[in-house]
Amino acid sequence: MAFTNEQIERYSRHIILKEVGAKGQKKLLNAKVLIIGAGGLGAPAAMYLAAAGIGTIGIADADEVDLSNLQRQIIHQTKDVGKPKVDSAKETMEAMNPDVKVVTYHEFITSENILDIIKDYDFIIDGTDNFPAKFLINDACVMAKKPFSHAGIIRFQGQLMTYVPGQGPCYRCVFKEPPPKDAVPTCKQAGVIGAMGGVIGSLQAMEAVKYILGVGELLTGWLLTYDALKMQFRKVKLPSDTHNCDVCGDNPTITELIDYEQAECDGVGL
Amino acid sequence: MKIKVAGVKKEVQDGLTVSQLIIDENVETPEYVTVTVNDEFLENDQFDSTVLNEGDNIEFLYFMGGGQ
Repeated sequence: MAFTNEQIERYSRHIILKEVGAKGQKKLLNAKVLIIGAGGLGAPAAMYLAAAGIGTIGIADADEVDLSNLQRQIIHQTKDVGKPKVDSAKETMEAMNPDVKVVTYHEFITSENILDIIKDYDFIIDGTDNFPAKFLINDACVMAKKPFSHAGIIRFQGQLMTYVPGQGPCYRCVFKEPPPKDAVPTCKQAGVIGAMGGVIGSLQAMEAVKYILGVGELLTGWLLTYDALKMQFRKVKLPSDTHNCDVCGDNPTITELIDYEQAECDGVGL
Repeated sequence: MKIKVAGVKKEVQDGLTVSQLIIDENVETPEYVTVTVNDEFLENDQFDSTVLNEGDNIEFLYFMGGGQ
């Protein structure tokens, strides 16, 4: 596949990078990334990945755009209130870059459909707002041997880690099971500063791009935490011993996907 | 003795347990925190019995569920 003149110009700031080049840009154009959740994290991740020329971007979300989303979910506009988030996200991404094919999944991810949805993608971004979905994505990615970026945001704090099969701990190595409903505050209860999704969601996009290009060091085996009030990033080393993990360990006890009870941010999941 | 808690060096009394450190550090939702000591996971049921040593490196990892 040869670049068009327009593509050479569009991606010139990538192509000039020795870590990307024409070869790397072609890898991006051939890559398939799935974003689960078109919200605070998923919006900036989707926009940077679309701008970067990721050839196929899947986006899964069952929600419609709500006015209270617009303080942080920058892929949606005021005119989009009431529209399915996946449709609004697709319109924005396609307007940004016609090279991108956007595939939408206007549905909740469940134990029934997730393996089928993730199977065609090279990298998955967890942009969900609830623990049942985060554990489901982790377990499905472990079982299907798919790399993914986990992230969470609340108030003025955010964190993320990257899972690559066989290269370090999964989310369940760190957190064994979802906390009981309402035990840990959600965004809706506790609030979240709008730009936090921009910071952490952009870092998730960065991990996806680095994974596809095969450059640099990923957050495998590390949890990156960000405290916006202290303006402090910390890279916390995670234990490398994953042998005892219930899902990715040597003798997994979780061999089927689990639909935990939902306790989400916006009242309707994802 | 000196230990490191979330990257910050601290002087604490000898014999300090992980459970007491969790209280001293005002850890939010302590029943759901994941603790690592010297880059190893510590099971929740070992917080009471684990006595910290000079130079130990303790991290608290918190659930963060938001994203939308």
